[in-house]
Amino acid sequence: MRIQILGTGCAKCRQLTANAEQAVRELGVEVAVEKVEDVREIVKFHVLSTPALVVDGAVRSTGRVLAPAAIKELLGR
Amino acid sequence: MSTTIAEPARSGAGTPEAGPPPRPARLAAWLAAALAAWTGLYLVIEPAAGFVTHRLLGLPADTHVGSAVAFFLFEAPKVLLLLVLVVFGVGVVRSFFTPERTRAILSGRRESVGNVLAALLGVVTPFCSCSAVPLFLGFVEVGIPLGVTLSFLVSAPMVNEVALVLLFGLFGWKVAGLYLVTGLGIAIASGFVLGRLRLERWVEGWVYESMRQGAGYEAERLGFAGRVAKGVESVREVVGKVWPYVLAGIAVGAFIHGYVPEGLMAGIMGKQSWWSVPLAVVVGVPMYSNAAGIIPVVQALLGKGAALGTVLAFMMSVIGLSLPEMIILRKVLRPPLIATFVAVVATGILAVGFLFNAVL
Repeated sequence: MRIQILGTGCAKCRQLTANAEQAVRELGVEVAVEKVEDVREIVKFHVLSTPALVVDGAVRSTGRVLAPAAIKELLGR
Repeated sequence: MSTTIAEPARSGAGTPEAGPPPRPARLAAWLAAALAAWTGLYLVIEPAAGFVTHRLLGLPADTHVGSAVAFFLFEAPKVLLLLVLVVFGVGVVRSFFTPERTRAILSGRRESVGNVLAALLGVVTPFCSCSAVPLFLGFVEVGIPLGVTLSFLVSAPMVNEVALVLLFGLFGWKVAGLYLVTGLGIAIASGFVLGRLRLERWVEGWVYESMRQGAGYEAERLGFAGRVAKGVESVREVVGKVWPYVLAGIAVGAFIHGYVPEGLMAGIMGKQSWWSVPLAVVVGVPMYSNAAGIIPVVQALLGKGAALGTVLAFMMSVIGLSLPEMIILRKVLRPPLIATFVAVVATGILAVGFLFNAVL
């Protein structure tokens, strides 16, 4: 599994990264949460608002800070 | 908010954090009860503030401290309640206007109509200046004209529900209405002018090169419960962030209300000094603050006799144009375009400031 957080480094992006890390820890899976901060890389995912959560290359959420529980549910599916 | 009630609930369409979605009828009953409680609280504020100040604390209304305390105890709950209601409502409305849908509405529009639509959509589309670049690219990608995109980027941060509620709560509907209408006017006009200037060559080359049609992100479909959850989420996020600024602003206002004589600032920032508007814009543009953060300053300036046009110009330039946003946009726009953008928008703000100082 590959988890990426798209965002240029604002407070919301950091919060989403922290929540994703917590979700991963609670699920007990060995996977690093990658941060994508370069704008040129971010636009390749065609998102219109950040922070965005990408799981295995698919955009799963944009423009909002999901709670750890919501991220766990996304990852579990 | 009648649209939310009319929205048919789709089964199983709750947000990820909501778990199984509550039954729409039960949720509607909850909302009605919350609205009734809200109205009751709103009606009880004024007598309660008077009772606490004059009876419990024993402060007579005609003293400085009595008038300041009564003002604070009335205004603080009133503005916070208004903020909760409006932010909730806007949160629900915004769940209909995702950036993706706004882009779909704007693509294929001519300029002029496009500028007007972009400015209006800027008010209701959720936007954070840290998303300015992906949004800009996403708009340009589907062929939305540069000027139309810029209309959106002016209106989205400048004309927002927090600014409007605070202006309405503290200074009345006339000031809030003026801010809404002139803010939209600036966004429409400056986007139109910038579009006419043919500035596309100052967009960084890679923007047009990297354009390709791709399957964008499809937002999840939300039911009634999902939209209500969005409203609650934005209340938690927005009100949770801005309440200290709001209380600070009202405290400043209360102090001025009780203690400071009228007209202290009139000499420097009053109508008589024409240079006060340009000065307000020059000071305001590099500053960065959200609408709530700037309200204490606005409250202090107006309370001490500064002219309304000057103060509105200051507020618009602080929240509409900011150095951090320009630095972010520098990644896609070259300096001549950024400079022209700032100059055109600042000119619009100047015009608004002068207009109000002249007619009011």
